[in-house]
Amino acid sequence: MIGIGIGFKWFIFVVAALVATGSSLMMVTRKNPIHSALWLIVTFFSVAILYVLLNATFIAVAQIMVYAGAIMMLVLFVIMLIHLEWGAQWKRRLSFAKLIGGVVTILLFLQVLAGVFTYSDAGQKGVYSAQKLAEIGNTRAVGTLLYGKYVFAFEIASILLLVGIVGAVLLAKKRKD
Amino acid sequence: MESLYTLIEMVVKNIVVVLVLMGCVAYTTLLERKLLGRLQVRLGPNRVGPFGLLQPIADGVKSFFKEDIIPDEADKTLYVLAPGISLFAALSMFAVIPFGDTVTFLGRQIKLVVADLDTGLLYLLALATLGEYGVVLGGWASGNKYGVLGALRAAAQMISYEVALGLAVIGTIILAGSLNLRDIVSAQEGMWFVIKYPAGFLFYLVAGLAEINRTPFDMPESESELACGFNIEYSSMKFATFMIAEYAHMFTIAAIVTTLFLGGWMGPWLPGPIWFLIKVFCVIFFFIWERGTYPRLRYDHIMQFGWKVLLPLTLLNVVVTAALVAMGVL
Repeated sequence: MIGIGIGFKWFIFVVAALVATGSSLMMVTRKNPIHSALWLIVTFFSVAILYVLLNATFIAVAQIMVYAGAIMMLVLFVIMLIHLEWGAQWKRRLSFAKLIGGVVTILLFLQVLAGVFTYSDAGQKGVYSAQKLAEIGNTRAVGTLLYGKYVFAFEIASILLLVGIVGAVLLAKKRKD
Repeated sequence: MESLYTLIEMVVKNIVVVLVLMGCVAYTTLLERKLLGRLQVRLGPNRVGPFGLLQPIADGVKSFFKEDIIPDEADKTLYVLAPGISLFAALSMFAVIPFGDTVTFLGRQIKLVVADLDTGLLYLLALATLGEYGVVLGGWASGNKYGVLGALRAAAQMISYEVALGLAVIGTIILAGSLNLRDIVSAQEGMWFVIKYPAGFLFYLVAGLAEINRTPFDMPESESELACGFNIEYSSMKFATFMIAEYAHMFTIAAIVTTLFLGGWMGPWLPGPIWFLIKVFCVIFFFIWERGTYPRLRYDHIMQFGWKVLLPLTLLNVVVTAALVAMGVL
């Protein structure tokens, strides 16, 4: 019985991981920015499924709500508003920005690859096991940690966001003169 | 064997819920037309069957046999996908809403809810944002100016009112101490949250109306300025799917209001699901009544109201509710 359960989980993991990789590839290769945005939503969804498999239900739902929902809606809104779908043409020229972007991407990829091959998580156990999470509830566990142990980092992050909002308002405001 | 029974239980629950939901949705359209007619001192549809009771079936058959047109300018895949996304979101939202307590059937305790999620309320908020993608993509993929305008309005309105919607339910979470909708209903034993926490009820109703794009917030499809907006190019069954999704969404919002503020399935004498349906239809009655009463707001007024009035009020509401609960008043 447990064997079937684990097999099923493994199956879901493989499908979600493949969809995540495939859709992110589709995202960077589409010419129409709206299609890119939609493939990014699919990526977010499959990553949310991976979170569910890791017993992080709260993070999974927050991921869908914040990223796949609100932020991508904002992205779509901006693309539609400034009519990028008809204006933007893919240029085959090599520019300085593309070069830097390519180098940074390759460096990041090498870093991830090195991390995968050298660092192993297997066998390590944290405080929050699956049983304990089921006992106290996923949202409660995240809340306790966020407003307890990590409250400083949390507040710093919110101040950072506040600065971003104030900056955006300042930029959008009309000048007096 | 046990897992087989669980599987059968899940399948049966799914089928029953979808069928009942679809039936309710079909007759909500008739109820809306009848009631709006009465509010405007006319009779409403009364030709098909006794009292026009067969009207929803006639509508369904009619839209099924209409010609299905896909415009040349349209983004074909998204154009076909959009009504489906809408309907999917509206239907799957209903999965976490409890419509009754447990019943014992053939010696098995059966919870009257399709999926008893621990993060049920968050799941609802997450799927509500997805439903809006149907409207936005449908409008954009039609390749029509009015459609794009409707899509833009839908996106802007959703971003503005989603925040207020989320903040309005935080008070309920504080009061019930849980995100599970069954726990929230149980916490209302003795006193409904609408009495204990009327501010949240009002905020949720207003933001919920904006969420399902109903008058006075029906900007994405305002007939008088956008000629139907996002669904302008849709015909035949695709249009009908949008309509079904819209009414299913309305039914679901009414069910959420019932669950969060009106005590869910609880009530004396009658069985739980009956009470649940009665309360849901009371909320739907309010939605229709309000549609017959208020004119459409101007678009910039809606945005101003959302950001400058509703958002600060709901934020204040969260702080005050938390303080009152901490002091032990509520």
